[in-house]
Amino acid sequence: MEHTAAPAIELRGLTKTFGKVVANSNVNLTVYKGEILSLLGENGSGKTTLMNMLMGLYRPDKGEIYIDGKLANIQSPHDAISLGVGMIHQHFKLVDVLTVRDNIVMGTKGNLSKSKADKIIREIAQKFDMNIEPDRKIYSLSVGEKQMVEIMKVLYRGARTLILDEPTAVLTPQEITRLFDILRRMRESGCAIIIITHKLNEVMDISDRVMIMRKGEGMGTVVTKESNVRDLVERMVGAAIDISIQCPDVNVGKNALDVHKLTVLNSDKVQVLTDISFSVSQGEILGVAGVSGSGQKELCSTIAGLMTPSKGAILVDGVDIAGKSARDIIKMGVHMSFIPEDRFGMGLLPSMNIIDNMLLKSYNTKRGIHLDRAQAKKLAVDVVEQLHVYTPSIYSPVRMLSGGNAQKVLLGREISSNPSVLITAYPVRGLDINSSMTIYKLLNEQKEKGVAVLFIGEDLDVILELCDRVMVLCGGKLTGIANTKEVTKEQLGLMMTGHTLEEVRANG
Amino acid sequence: MSDGFAYFLSFLAAAIPAGMPLLLGTLGEILTEKSGNLNLGVSGMMYMGAIFGFMGGYYLDSAIAMLLFAFLGGALGALLYAILTVTLKANQNVTGLTLTIFGTGLANFIGENIMLNSPSMTAKVSDELMARITNIGIPVLKNIPVIGNMLFNTNIFVYLGIGIAVVMGIYLNRTRMGLNLRAIGENPGAADAAGINVTRYKYAHILIGGGICGLGGAYVSFITCSGMWIQDCVGGLGWIAVALVIFASWSPYRALLGSLVFGALSVVQFYKPAFMRGISDPLFSMMPFLVTAIVLVITSIRMRPERMQPKSCGLNYDREDR
Amino acid sequence: MAKGNMPIHVTKRLDDESRMRAVLLRIAAVILAIAVGGLFFAALGFNPFEVYGELIKGAVGTTMARRMTVRLCVPLLITSLAVGLAFKMRFWNIGAEGQIGIGAIAASYIALFHSEGMPKVVVLILMAVAAFVAGGLYGVIPAYFKSKFGTNETLFTLMLNYVAFYTIQALAQGTWKDPTAWGFPKIARFSSNAQLPMVLGVHVGWIVALALVLLVYLYMNKTKQGYELSVVGENENTARYAGMNVRKIVIRTMFISAGLAGLAGMLQASGADKTLTESIANNVGFTAITVAWLANLNPGAMVIVTALFCILTKGSDTIQSVYNISPAAAEVFQGIILFFVLGSEFFIRYKVHFAGFISKKEGGKVK
Repeated sequence: MEHTAAPAIELRGLTKTFGKVVANSNVNLTVYKGEILSLLGENGSGKTTLMNMLMGLYRPDKGEIYIDGKLANIQSPHDAISLGVGMIHQHFKLVDVLTVRDNIVMGTKGNLSKSKADKIIREIAQKFDMNIEPDRKIYSLSVGEKQMVEIMKVLYRGARTLILDEPTAVLTPQEITRLFDILRRMRESGCAIIIITHKLNEVMDISDRVMIMRKGEGMGTVVTKESNVRDLVERMVGAAIDISIQCPDVNVGKNALDVHKLTVLNSDKVQVLTDISFSVSQGEILGVAGVSGSGQKELCSTIAGLMTPSKGAILVDGVDIAGKSARDIIKMGVHMSFIPEDRFGMGLLPSMNIIDNMLLKSYNTKRGIHLDRAQAKKLAVDVVEQLHVYTPSIYSPVRMLSGGNAQKVLLGREISSNPSVLITAYPVRGLDINSSMTIYKLLNEQKEKGVAVLFIGEDLDVILELCDRVMVLCGGKLTGIANTKEVTKEQLGLMMTGHTLEEVRANG
Repeated sequence: MSDGFAYFLSFLAAAIPAGMPLLLGTLGEILTEKSGNLNLGVSGMMYMGAIFGFMGGYYLDSAIAMLLFAFLGGALGALLYAILTVTLKANQNVTGLTLTIFGTGLANFIGENIMLNSPSMTAKVSDELMARITNIGIPVLKNIPVIGNMLFNTNIFVYLGIGIAVVMGIYLNRTRMGLNLRAIGENPGAADAAGINVTRYKYAHILIGGGICGLGGAYVSFITCSGMWIQDCVGGLGWIAVALVIFASWSPYRALLGSLVFGALSVVQFYKPAFMRGISDPLFSMMPFLVTAIVLVITSIRMRPERMQPKSCGLNYDREDR
Repeated sequence: MAKGNMPIHVTKRLDDESRMRAVLLRIAAVILAIAVGGLFFAALGFNPFEVYGELIKGAVGTTMARRMTVRLCVPLLITSLAVGLAFKMRFWNIGAEGQIGIGAIAASYIALFHSEGMPKVVVLILMAVAAFVAGGLYGVIPAYFKSKFGTNETLFTLMLNYVAFYTIQALAQGTWKDPTAWGFPKIARFSSNAQLPMVLGVHVGWIVALALVLLVYLYMNKTKQGYELSVVGENENTARYAGMNVRKIVIRTMFISAGLAGLAGMLQASGADKTLTESIANNVGFTAITVAWLANLNPGAMVIVTALFCILTKGSDTIQSVYNISPAAAEVFQGIILFFVLGSEFFIRYKVHFAGFISKKEGGKVK
């Protein structure tokens, strides 16, 4: 493709290492004014590191950055911003207790005149058709609204080049459409946009060109129209791999998990789950879809005995565990396992070794005060061997392991207790394609063994492929449960924003 | 005016200055914590301010030098803390405790040397200097009945303390730099991404905060001890100041109120009404600490998000943390 | 001021660095601190080598001095073990000072009012149990509020130090005042029945301390309770996830931690002071924090660090009498050592690159 426009950004030979890990090795990238470039790569392929160097958050070990054709010396985000580059980070960089306006103007020069700031914000919002309320506190905003604030922050600073890191991960399909409309309007006004993602259909939808990264290296750039999904995967993974997820047919048994009219209040006495009823059978995977913060976390916590419901029943193999603590549940002999969403924040002990991590659920099975590590050591060896955990030894602290290997340790421990119900919250978050496929395979193995699996997911494509049925949560309420073969992604999207299954089906 | 009321007024007149070192220490720590650093070395910085300020007054016989040295003494302690926690990312709790040990030791060490080198084996600043520091009347205002003498005919530190509290309140809530600082304290990653120089802000505010604590220390050596150096003079004041920050829920204005309450608690033993005569003095000395503990419990039970400790407080910021 | 403008930049060590390196770096930091302390003495006009020589001689030069030094070690070592347990649980117990005091008060109560007519062993055991329980309960107060409401334990335990201090003062001036002391506000000397026996010239507390080192090591590493408290310290959410009763663990651990501090108070009162004074704790509670931290919470290493600190403290008494240097110098010196060790942690966790020069040089080659 010919480029009549001038390059907005040129990265030449950027290299960055963290300790022994080479995050980026000699990467080149060019983005032109008035184009949307997708930066495609697996988790850990170095996309975010590359962009953080452009933003001045990391310092490159080697290489040069050109902005508008001039060599740029970027020492900090401040420098990048003053050169017209802005980034919308995957984990929003917003201060919760401050207002939208304060978040937008913080760090900029000039005095703090509300009306002046509001005028600029209004102008930008009109130009790109955004909806911003400057007086609201960040903690009162939805995820989609927070993202608008992030975009406004960057535009307010006069950015001509925008970098978006995984912007769609937490949005509903409808919100994604809106975001893409705004991005296209920016492209028309001459902005250069780099969008980091690993969702292939979005790459095909929004971008003009795609740059692919693998293991910290650039794998070349292709024009989107001249490429296809299969080609992109091959470049991204380095081999033609099968990325289809199986959903084996299993004869379902009786209900292993029954949830009846579950209502939960959080510590601020806000109702976070309202009247939720569903069941999961032996040999079935039930997916849970919803915008993040719709009650998924509370649902898992309540079933796992970490939160107390105000009403309702939770039956595991016919035994009611509602309101019982995790300790009680173990004592009652109920076989349930839970893979929490933030594995290092809950579930694993990052600075302890694999053996001590294996001990976590079983340390108290024997009587007496003595701590017996023999069993755990055997289990550690088994898990490392059978799940192919890549680790220097079983004495290595778990925080030294990659995300995929840490997840295998966690899953290995939980599966080893032969659960009849397995609850997993975003089990592939942060994992590369190969590790994700391994996790899906392990979940399917459990399903075939007759385990009832509850799968909280974020990627609707994955939920539709992996799960037998899917239920959708919105604002703590259940908007419907459907067989995955009888529902579309768009319908799920509408259900995620509060429409019930019946409404969605009635409107065709 | 009844005798009882006059007695109460004299109690109040004693409570305000008694609360001043606490106020200064608290204000210094509020500024420090707003930058996301919990500095448990308030006592140490107050000691350093006390001895440096004392040296300024003792050797140079100048009120300006006294204040400047006191500020610099506290700021020097804060600099050690900032280098270790901001640049070298050392544990904030341990660093603060160490600063307390170091500052206490340094002040007593220097103080003892000054006393040993004086012919009378005691060290006291000139009466003339003391006169210049205390009883500074503001014309007209000091003639207001009842409060005039209390608020507008007092020592230099009372003016400084109240002035700093008001200025800090405006700075934090009404200026761009104050906004940037609050952002750093809550979420340094967000502030950094917004182009704010986190390191520079942290250094600046930790140092100024330390300087203000240092002024609180000078209060002790000049007003509490009447310009005479006394070993271990600061005692547990720094710790009460740290606790008062929580009592004031990080607001300079509420710190004014808090320091008055705690000042009153610390002088109540000299004004105890008849029915309390039987209670021994140590139990009165215990009061501020006991009340602080109770306040800690009460404030931890109920808190609004805007009135909580800055969220990043106690955690070091590392931009390249992965 | 901005770090980025300097030709240095740092990265976190992701590899598991060797333990040896960490130990060597800490030793290097201590040596540097000693050198800086030497400069400090030199600036005061003394020959630093002579001062240090005198310091060591004063601490371990004679049998008498050695006994005095060991006597200093007893409360410090036990208190370090005590706070180490709490720190492992990430509970910032800086209230050991007060827990020592309360333990000593309980022991003194037995010693002053119930020591007659019972065999010495029984009296001493009663005193030890009373001190452990009283100190422990005093530590349970902040533990309860921390686990129930999230009350800041650092400040809470600290305030309780002063409450304990003034309680002793009130007792000495009030109900426990020794009537034979000519109106002097002090507490009477313990009867010989309530004084610890001597072994090798030092009260028997040193044997207790060494036994506790072993016990605490076993407790931390080989028992379920030790595992539980490390899990709570690592991550409370994970502990709850694993079905642990976090509140119970926090309260139990603090009872043991504060109980040990209380026991240290009893040994100090009964073995060293032979009475109860308001300076019973004498900053041991604070010094123990730095000892525990320097020893990386390892009980064995605490023995070495405690010995070094006590040599410093005892030795600085000597240099005061020889050179007229204020004993506050020991505190200054302690501060300097800690500052250096705190700084050295950075070089254990991070790698420092002088990357500015390299990238300038190699930057030209790229392309």
